[in-house]
Amino acid sequence: MSEKTLFAFKSTSAQDEKLKEVIAKYKDVPGALLPVLQEAQGIFGYLPIEVQQSVADGLGISLSEVYGVATFYSQFSLTPKGEHRISVCLGTACYVKGADKILAELEKKLGITSGECTPDGMFSIDSCRCVGACGLAPVMMIDDEVYGKLTPDQVGKIIDSYIEKGGKSV
Amino acid sequence: MDMINLTINGIPVSVPKGYTILQAAKAAKIEIPTLCYLKEINCIGSCRVCMVEVKGRRGLTAACVIPAEDGMEVLTNTPKVRASRKTTIELLLSTHHKKCLSCIRNNHCELQKLAMEYNVDEDRFPSEEPVYEIDDQSPYIVRDNNKCVNCMRCVSVCKNVQSVSVIGPIRRGYKVHVGSPFDRSLNDSPCVGCGQCIVSCPVGALYEKSNVDEVWEALADPDKYVVFYTAPSIRATLGESFDMPIGTNVEGKMVSAIRRLGVDKIFNMDFTADLTILEEANELVQRITNHETLPMFTSCCPGWVKFAEHYYPEMLPHLSSCKSPQAMFGAILKSYYAEKYNIDPEKMFVVSVIPCTGKKFEVTRQELRSKEFDDVDVALTTRELARMIKSTGIDFADLEDEDYDAPFNKATGGGAIFGATGGVLEAALRTAARMLDGDFKAVEFKEVRGPEQIREAKYEVAGVEVKVAVTSGLGNARKLIEKIKSGEADYQMVEVMACPGGCINGGGQPIRSDKVSNYVDYKALRSKALYNYDENCALRSSDESPVVKMIYEDYFEKPGTHKAHELLHTTYLPRGNH
Repeated sequence: MSEKTLFAFKSTSAQDEKLKEVIAKYKDVPGALLPVLQEAQGIFGYLPIEVQQSVADGLGISLSEVYGVATFYSQFSLTPKGEHRISVCLGTACYVKGADKILAELEKKLGITSGECTPDGMFSIDSCRCVGACGLAPVMMIDDEVYGKLTPDQVGKIIDSYIEKGGKSV
Repeated sequence: MDMINLTINGIPVSVPKGYTILQAAKAAKIEIPTLCYLKEINCIGSCRVCMVEVKGRRGLTAACVIPAEDGMEVLTNTPKVRASRKTTIELLLSTHHKKCLSCIRNNHCELQKLAMEYNVDEDRFPSEEPVYEIDDQSPYIVRDNNKCVNCMRCVSVCKNVQSVSVIGPIRRGYKVHVGSPFDRSLNDSPCVGCGQCIVSCPVGALYEKSNVDEVWEALADPDKYVVFYTAPSIRATLGESFDMPIGTNVEGKMVSAIRRLGVDKIFNMDFTADLTILEEANELVQRITNHETLPMFTSCCPGWVKFAEHYYPEMLPHLSSCKSPQAMFGAILKSYYAEKYNIDPEKMFVVSVIPCTGKKFEVTRQELRSKEFDDVDVALTTRELARMIKSTGIDFADLEDEDYDAPFNKATGGGAIFGATGGVLEAALRTAARMLDGDFKAVEFKEVRGPEQIREAKYEVAGVEVKVAVTSGLGNARKLIEKIKSGEADYQMVEVMACPGGCINGGGQPIRSDKVSNYVDYKALRSKALYNYDENCALRSSDESPVVKMIYEDYFEKPGTHKAHELLHTTYLPRGNH
């Protein structure tokens, strides 16, 4: 079977402690899985296998049930998010203005596809539906910064500016 | 009981309150087709094949989940209903890998049958077929999701009946598929290999890892000495693969058919079932008299053993150290038998015919080896044996009855009932009672038989009170273990079988379609065949078996000797629950 790319998972003891508290809070509450996963993602930023396993053990349910719910809702992510989170709007206006080409250029530049994170943990790409800035289409956001009226050739320079600031290379 | 009155297709019917429309229709002798529904296992109304019209209601209603109501007028065959079912089946087929001719379930497929009944156009919705990797990494179960219809019957039996839950739906919408967490192979999960998922599957998405080719190869090899032996339950189920009524005892025809495959010897595994009883009863008596770990659990079911290793490692000291009858037989063939008849054990090819996919895992267990090779080369399911017989063109129903080969031909009724839930315990009681009290006469312990999920009984033998419990289905086993752990119950001996009903309903047995399993108690019919067989046996207590007596005189001396421990006993290892 093809094994999913797994990132080495590291957690702090503060994070582990928090997860334990969340599980203790919801233990024996019917239908607790969804809120526990939401809070767990809040703590760790994503839901790695180790966290899902802890949730399963803590709530006394099987890992396959946890994994089923974690993969059902698009809100949950099984891969870590980057230090800089890139979000490309694929809403109607942006799409008409060529957002797919922006996304393709980003994926090429960073060597990952939408939903993934670069191996150094610096960038992750996701697509979203309308950030409410249709007048600026096509739009992407990096963290809280909005970049509008983009053309594919601008993408590389924008990414490079983050690399220079962060001092890390892709 | 509160009764309600309704009509199905204009036919009045009176049924108990709480019946679903599906059950009410059956009572009126009207068939409503189903696909995802499986009695006592899966009732989720998701496949939309059982849709019916109910007068006064908008849209169509799923008959398997909606309760019948007083005064209801149900229509099961209107043009609207038929068109809806046809479209549903065509949509299911749009993503189905339609390689019917080479499919293991060809002619026994519930989807194929529906497609035939509804005269569908299999290409009405051309679509890109998702291509899933076939998971054949475990030694027992193969999953081909390209054939899966997402009915969730396997998921439900694994979770709700077996409490194992190593598979589940993953993702959603068009991408939904059944698998283990993180899309890993079943082999990397704490699956116990019981195969109940296979016998619950309506299509060819799940099947046993076949070893038929290896057996044909060995049979064609003049240097190989091929020995077959058949487990107690096979005689009660194999006939179903040849369209014989459920519960027909086909022992004689089975022996005759296997001989015609070209084997060198065909033996009766009831012999090692008897032998297991001698060793196990001796172990029980030892544990009771020496105040050792109790209760003692039976250890002949590989699904149960693996379940305990994964989920209850703390209970492992409670498992009898006896190998299963399958493993004992292999060990005896490649030692005692090989020595006595001067056969090179490395040239022996030992095939067990078993009701079970878990035994395919058992034969790979290194701790069972008494020498540097496996004692059993291949474990074949009842279904695989049936396929081999069919492929030779043997007319099974027309065969004359024949007897097993000496020296392992004779056995007792105690060995035969191993195939039904409660049988091992009853056989052990017969022998243990006679060990403790030479004058003990009773041979039937009917309290441990039957369909109840957990059965308890108390017997007094030679002034000793023996408390026992029997269960089958791992969800029930879990309940029983929790009861024991909490101190709510205490027993001296407990029998656990992984499959509900025992081996007669094993994961390797002939698959009954929903049409049968939803309405016929096939487990009871199959068990009855074994209990009838037992009743007609001249010898019923395992210690009376002439073959068992012979092997103790010739080889092991008595139960529990050093030599017996070397060949007939084993150890267990904790495996972790993820």
